[in-house]
Amino acid sequence: MTIVRISDDALARACGADELAAAFAKQGHEVQRVSSWGMHWLEPLVEIDGKGFGPVTVADIDAILDGSSDKAIGTIAEHPFIASQQRLTFARAGKTRPLNLEDYEATGGWAGLKRARRIGSDAIIEEVLASGLRGRGGAGFPAGIKWKTVAGAAADQKYIVCNADEGDSATFADRMVMEGDPFQLIEGMAIAGEAVGASKGYVYIRSEYPDAIAKMQAAARISAQIVAPFVVEIRVGAGAYVCGEETSLLNSLEGKRGEVRAKPPLPALKGLFGKPTVVNNVLTLTAIPHILTEGGAAAYAALGMGRSKGTMPIQLAGNIRHGGLYETAFGITLGELVNDIGGGTASGRPVKAVQVGGPLGAYLHPDQFDIPFDYEAYAAIDALIGHAGLTVFDDTADLRSMARFAMEFCAVESCGKCTPCRIGSTRGVELIDRISAGGRVLAGVETAPQMHNMPKQGRTQDEEIQLLEDLCDTMKFGSLCALGGFTPYPVMSALKHWPEDFRK
Amino acid sequence: MSREQKLSEIIADHAGREGPLIPILHDVQEEFGCVDEEAEQAIAAALNLTRAEVHGVVSFYHDFKPKADPRPVVQICRAESCKSRGVEALIGDAEQAAGARVKLHTVYCLGLCSSGPNARVGDKLHARLDSAALVKLIENA
Repeated sequence: MTIVRISDDALARACGADELAAAFAKQGHEVQRVSSWGMHWLEPLVEIDGKGFGPVTVADIDAILDGSSDKAIGTIAEHPFIASQQRLTFARAGKTRPLNLEDYEATGGWAGLKRARRIGSDAIIEEVLASGLRGRGGAGFPAGIKWKTVAGAAADQKYIVCNADEGDSATFADRMVMEGDPFQLIEGMAIAGEAVGASKGYVYIRSEYPDAIAKMQAAARISAQIVAPFVVEIRVGAGAYVCGEETSLLNSLEGKRGEVRAKPPLPALKGLFGKPTVVNNVLTLTAIPHILTEGGAAAYAALGMGRSKGTMPIQLAGNIRHGGLYETAFGITLGELVNDIGGGTASGRPVKAVQVGGPLGAYLHPDQFDIPFDYEAYAAIDALIGHAGLTVFDDTADLRSMARFAMEFCAVESCGKCTPCRIGSTRGVELIDRISAGGRVLAGVETAPQMHNMPKQGRTQDEEIQLLEDLCDTMKFGSLCALGGFTPYPVMSALKHWPEDFRK
Repeated sequence: MSREQKLSEIIADHAGREGPLIPILHDVQEEFGCVDEEAEQAIAAALNLTRAEVHGVVSFYHDFKPKADPRPVVQICRAESCKSRGVEALIGDAEQAAGARVKLHTVYCLGLCSSGPNARVGDKLHARLDSAALVKLIENA
């Protein structure tokens, strides 16, 4: 009998891991369902005595067991994709059974929480500040400052809210944490609770993640005694992208429409049910247990560059040969990520564009591949890191249609509260359609002789493009939240780097 | 058990929770396939809200439907990453396979972005779909 390790991550399951596990079990082998290593092109990945095989189908089983399989990739931990990473948040990826408390404790689980309880609130916040950890949801706000604000607010009840509404295309790190290492997230939340004096935590997970919901619910149940008196409750979203915005998420948790709230007041002072609330992303909270171990804060701060400290779980997605989860210190260049680590496009064609940061992130041109992964460096070129998801496009992509999709997506998902986002996105789709048509021609009632105040001509394509730039400007500076405010990034970057796609 | 009884049972299950409305709506949607006017009224009465407030919430979220649709649903992701991997080229075949029998529902991201095109049927996810695989999925839905 052989011990066979196969991931039960949603992606592995979607690629047939369950059928594979059942087939191994039927032959009498012990199958352990572990978290995913994050090498998605190799899923379902089978691990036997540290050696990997992938991507495996049921037909490969005999060859794997008799040692003749051509799917062998050698020792997994020594695979270049894994060996070149600096994994802190994903240190357990591929190695532990997600809901097994013994596995979690044996790999240093709960050490951060125990130490946090010993050193107390002030010292915890001091260490989080010293680590330089910034919010991983996209805005990059220093986590320690947020915590300090909540800790300093006087209230009878405070909350920790984990934002697990990972709606951006190209992002799956939150999902992988929740499915692969759920106790680490719960530990991070409990430490946050200890730091700010909150007794209740909510995890708001999007409904598109059925596996993550089930794992987190089980993990919250299993670990209830350990984190008590802190209580973790799982809440499920209802298909609204905008609920990933923190104030919209709070409204949704309260049972309201997921409309964005005006700030101030900050959620840190008046958040969930009007109480002081820490709202942090999954990746922010899962970085915490490591930071709170002895010497963890200094080790974390030693990684990265400039004001971007520590590591970032980068998600390589889209048309990329070696897609998956790549955690490394800030500072790595985009070109290294796409070409060296990702191996270029899956289709084998040249890379045309890389969208960084999800649907609201800019499209970067291969000319910009030397840019280091750093919050400030991206901001300087009108781009954003966001949740660190990369979508690679080959040369068949049409950036005008992607720009149109950005506007269309904003129109579908806008909460409707502010005008630039609600109306601007729809006008944006219309404008791009008119640019496609070559400009605007007067028609219908506009051409009637009574319409004295109408312009005598329509608009040329260039004038329409100018109008689109104006519209983007209005949306960028006039919207209430990042949905309307950042939709111009993909549109403007597409327009800037691929004008030929718009003028054809 | 009558519909009204089931409804009040669901509402009672969530009594005492903070912000119970969304969890209630999820359970109602799951049980009846929709959140209709009758359900909105019962929930509003139980939570001391107006029906307008409940309807505002129901109509805001994509997951809640005003009317039950008996057709099987296949969710297809058409967000950026799946687009970059060619989902748009599959839509024609998918629509033809679905016809009037299966409801195709566009979603934006199932979180399997490195291995699209992706689809979801019930709670089961499917990745690395090509035209043939997607058509088969729809035919078996």
